[in-house]
Amino acid sequence: MEKLPKWADVILIPLINLVLAFLVSGLVILAIGKDPIVAITTMFDGAFGSTTGLGYTLYYATNFMFTGLAVAVAFHARIFNIGGEGQALLGGLGVALVCLAIDWPHWLVALPAAAIGGAVFGAAWAFIPAYLQAKRGSHIVITTIMFNFIAAALIGYLLVEVLKVPGSMDPASSNFPAGAHLPTFNEIFAVFGLNIFKHAPANVSFFVALICAFLFWVLMWHTRLGFAMRAFGQGERGAEYAGISPLKITVIAMMISGGLAGMMAINNVMGESERLILNATEGAGFIGIAVALMGRSHPVGVILASILFGFLYQGGGELSLWEGIPRDLVIVIQGLVILFTGALDGMIRRPLENLFLVLRKPTQNGAV
Amino acid sequence: MEFFDTIIQISDSAVRLAIPLLLACLAGLFSERGGIFDIGLEGKMLAAAFLSAAVAAATGNVWLGLASGIGISVFLGLIHGVASITFRGDQLISGVAINFLAAGLTVVIGQAWFGLGGRTPPLSGSGRFANLEWPVADALQDVPVVGPIYAELISGHTVLVYVALLIVPLSWYVLFRTRFGLRLRAVGENPGAVDTAGISVVRLRYSAVIICGVLCGLAGAYLSTGLAAGFVKDMSAGRGFIALAALIFAKWRPVQALIACLLFGFLEAIANRYQSIDTGAFEIPVQFMQALPYILTVVILAGFIGKAIPPKAGGEAYVKER
Repeated sequence: MEKLPKWADVILIPLINLVLAFLVSGLVILAIGKDPIVAITTMFDGAFGSTTGLGYTLYYATNFMFTGLAVAVAFHARIFNIGGEGQALLGGLGVALVCLAIDWPHWLVALPAAAIGGAVFGAAWAFIPAYLQAKRGSHIVITTIMFNFIAAALIGYLLVEVLKVPGSMDPASSNFPAGAHLPTFNEIFAVFGLNIFKHAPANVSFFVALICAFLFWVLMWHTRLGFAMRAFGQGERGAEYAGISPLKITVIAMMISGGLAGMMAINNVMGESERLILNATEGAGFIGIAVALMGRSHPVGVILASILFGFLYQGGGELSLWEGIPRDLVIVIQGLVILFTGALDGMIRRPLENLFLVLRKPTQNGAV
Repeated sequence: MEFFDTIIQISDSAVRLAIPLLLACLAGLFSERGGIFDIGLEGKMLAAAFLSAAVAAATGNVWLGLASGIGISVFLGLIHGVASITFRGDQLISGVAINFLAAGLTVVIGQAWFGLGGRTPPLSGSGRFANLEWPVADALQDVPVVGPIYAELISGHTVLVYVALLIVPLSWYVLFRTRFGLRLRAVGENPGAVDTAGISVVRLRYSAVIICGVLCGLAGAYLSTGLAAGFVKDMSAGRGFIALAALIFAKWRPVQALIACLLFGFLEAIANRYQSIDTGAFEIPVQFMQALPYILTVVILAGFIGKAIPPKAGGEAYVKER
């Protein structure tokens, strides 16, 4: 018998965890002598109060959808991919190389090519830790952490020594050609005669992220491979007896994961900065962990959690602007969400399970 | 002679840079030997660095700073303990959460406290750990070879450096020559057996987490009040992860941990001193030196140079049989 009804598992528990995380954040805001209510309204206004704010929120959310889905894929195979940050950095390199390769005639041609470039680089960066875990038994969490640092050093080197514009002091690649420019929401809605989402970086990548979320759902619940990954995640032994190769599944799951993280670069590198810069990911790879935990590794949950974190990011920026509370408050909230939804899950789950058992008993007796 | 001086200076700086790694590495050693994975070393170190510097700046007393640093680090360790021992949550996820909490809170609280964009005011005088000059260091300074080694390399560090170096043999003794150490190692390998012997797995693991907190606290306090004079945002700069790397490098043994940390400290000292190293035939970029500890760890983990086998029950919550 299921201990918890499904709605409690997918809605109630994440909600309670979220409320707890926000309560503690509220206490932090109180502790530094600010008003939590003012803070939350400022954040809300900044993130949803104008179409420009909303455009930023959705831009951040797009990043987090890619990295959240990346972490979620691996979670289904019970692999903790903490290397989304490094994979997204490498994805940025892939996207930049594709965009700079030729003078692209139109974004409709450039986008798929760049997406493939980002995905291939991200997947390659995830392949090595996956292979080492499956073949040589090295712990994937540690290797992916190490690969984040190695990626940062590698990109730093390439930007300073190889990709930098000659004569420039700025460690950044040259600007992408005009044909690689992705339409922003502002430009898309201008077609319908609307002037909204002004100056906001949200672009067509948002729709690519939504397509990826849908494909994620198809893959996980409607294909043989998705079934194999989930079976592997449920129990390695059983999956092995059923003829599922641990090596193959680990490598495939990690490469899909890395590919998704790498594809994030079509949003931040191709869509926003339109050149490769240092630290382009700004920690989005790590937020994917919080997003996947919050969204229970389901695409709908990941989309909602991404929008939540997009709101926190955009609202957090406004907070530092108007209330003098550093944007780092968002990192605190992020930590609390990970703590409550990920590590302290049992704290809420077990009492709730007991509660539901108690509530359920009378009806069962009635049925007998 | 100039070459010799350079070697001494780099070695001296290598020792200084190795100390925070060493303390964090030993912290991780106790935790992981007890079966609790801890990727939150970084966060605990960062929180301790902040609070030590903040309290030292506010009171002018570095010892109060040290105590507060250890206090916050132990507190974060206990959160990790509650999540991973009591509620049997995922130890890796809990560690990630602690890293983010520390990274965010140090800046948010630092800004509210001092209004310096997350920094603490610069420390001086009794707000910092002073360098201890050993006897006759000045007199020996001019003696060739021995003089500089004694005066620069051995003498003239803060008390925490010597404490950290003493903790190495102490850790070895505690882990391999005491009853507590035997039990702690057992709980990391086979908690069921320890439980069967009537010893509390939970209590042992909590003590591991607390020892880990104390050592991370020392590491953090050293960063902001010994190595530097004050806290700056993200000042731990990945050292907690290099410490983890050193721990794997050392295969979870204290003396080897010292060697690994000195090696990584040496790499950092060289990377700090030279922008890039020209070997004549080709140039080694500075980024490669910065990435080398991580690359070495991956190579070690992959088992290409010896095999690193972690404590067997590491990362798993113990569920008592009923």
